[in-house]
Amino acid sequence: MIAWRSTWSIYKRELVRFLRTAFQSVLAPVLTTSLYFIVFGAAIGGRMPDLSGVGYGSFIIPGLLMLTLLGETTSNSSFGIYMPRFTGTIYELLSAPVGVAETLIGFVGAAATKSLILAAIILVTARLLVDYSIAHPLLAVVYIMLVAAAFSLFGFILGIWADNFEKLGIIPMLFLTPLTFLGGTFYSIDMLPEPWDKIALFNPIVYLVSGLRWTFYGSADVNFGLSLGITLCFLAVCVAIIAYIFKTGWRLRA
Amino acid sequence: MSEPILELRGLTKIYPGGLKALDHVDLEIRKGEIFALLGPNGAGKTTLIGAVCGLVRPTGGTIHAFGQDIASHWRDARRRIGLVPQELSTDMFEPVIRAVSYSRGLFGLAPDKGRIEEILRSLSLWEKRNDRIMTLSGGMKRRVLIAKALAHEPDLLFLDEPTAGVDVELRKGMWAIIGQMRARGVTVILTTHYIEEAEEMADRVGIINKGRLITVDDKSAMMAKLGRTEAHIALAVPMSEIPPAIASFPVELENGGMSLRYRGGDGTGKGKAEVAELTKALTRAGIDYTGIDTRESSLEEIFVSLLDHEEAAA
Repeated sequence: MIAWRSTWSIYKRELVRFLRTAFQSVLAPVLTTSLYFIVFGAAIGGRMPDLSGVGYGSFIIPGLLMLTLLGETTSNSSFGIYMPRFTGTIYELLSAPVGVAETLIGFVGAAATKSLILAAIILVTARLLVDYSIAHPLLAVVYIMLVAAAFSLFGFILGIWADNFEKLGIIPMLFLTPLTFLGGTFYSIDMLPEPWDKIALFNPIVYLVSGLRWTFYGSADVNFGLSLGITLCFLAVCVAIIAYIFKTGWRLRA
Repeated sequence: MSEPILELRGLTKIYPGGLKALDHVDLEIRKGEIFALLGPNGAGKTTLIGAVCGLVRPTGGTIHAFGQDIASHWRDARRRIGLVPQELSTDMFEPVIRAVSYSRGLFGLAPDKGRIEEILRSLSLWEKRNDRIMTLSGGMKRRVLIAKALAHEPDLLFLDEPTAGVDVELRKGMWAIIGQMRARGVTVILTTHYIEEAEEMADRVGIINKGRLITVDDKSAMMAKLGRTEAHIALAVPMSEIPPAIASFPVELENGGMSLRYRGGDGTGKGKAEVAELTKALTRAGIDYTGIDTRESSLEEIFVSLLDHEEAAA
């Protein structure tokens, strides 16, 4: 049985921690994304042809949203669990009557919430710079929540795996951001020459960007069902890894 | 005898590198007592606490808390156990009251402002409740950790080196706090380097070295069993050998025959009485002396002698 009061305490504390650094947590990604919209959407986008019947400025919105979502969710979650390990405050969590469910819902839920707040702010900011509409708003929200949850879990694993700050940053910086850039954020993979359009399909981020783009505009590089399936599989794998970590105490208990 | 609140049977912990931090430790903690676990650095004190509190995965043995195996009833056990760690580990950016309230919620208890206020007042932290922990002194930070551990009203509290690095005045204040906990019926297990702390506070003392529990006994019984009286008697005229009149006493010459050293007794005062007999025997034998310095051995000396004995036996 889940101890909801404990879960709520973890969740609330993580959100308070986020609010404590709200200026940095919110302003930096919003500013970065706004610059992308200004440069690629307004300045260069005006000279680009429509892609799949969507103006270039609008076309890049789901990709940019995904770029921020993946980066912020992963780092929020990984820092959320790494910092208590680093400072030693994790003793309290480990000695409390909480298990994997409470810890995950608390930490991952808070990280996902932060990302959703950020996504909402980015969408509002984008609306000021680029004209767009969302074809399937409910599906878009559900899909964003799913991706946020999956990458919060992924970040949680990173935060437990990392034993220094370099390792904490290496995966988001060296893998996640480049793969997102190459995952169709700024282009449709149809635009890639052979064989790169096929090779691109091995990049899992393609499916995420494509899935979100479908919820926005009703058309995308790959089938939405496939995107959804891959996202759910990734989420399930992350849950299984975390369950294993808690069962064995790997990097948590001596 | 009070019922055991905690029972360790054959508790063993071998770390991946091969270090045996706990070696078949058997221990029973009685409800309501203050138990002091003494031992040098690396003896296994923190590992023992970690094994009970869920920070360390034991390699072997069993732990029963409140009559239940904590391997299968860990939630119930942890709800009733509090831990004050050795390191000052807490979110330094948080205000005191929020940190303490968080601990209560984390352990599944409903918010209770009155109870939190009571705890903070008892630890003289109420005036500092809205201050960030980072702005507090080291002693106050340690009290915040105690407040966090008490927030969920534990029945069993572990204090890992509670007075490490704090000044004498603060240490005595901490002893008073531990006394308050006992008055509330909380069972306290504390680890310490400071023998005087154990001597002052504990009902029972356990001595651990290299992962093995060397001895566990009531503090007074341990003092009685292993305690000694030592007396130095300055002689008016130096001696070259022990005269037959005092040969039956455990004495020997020191300082080139300038003084006699008595070492005996059992920590119950028997030694003092024997020293009095010794002085009478000296007077009867016409041996003059100019001064007597008598003292009882402390728990610290018992501790050191036990460890020395262990080393010699190894």
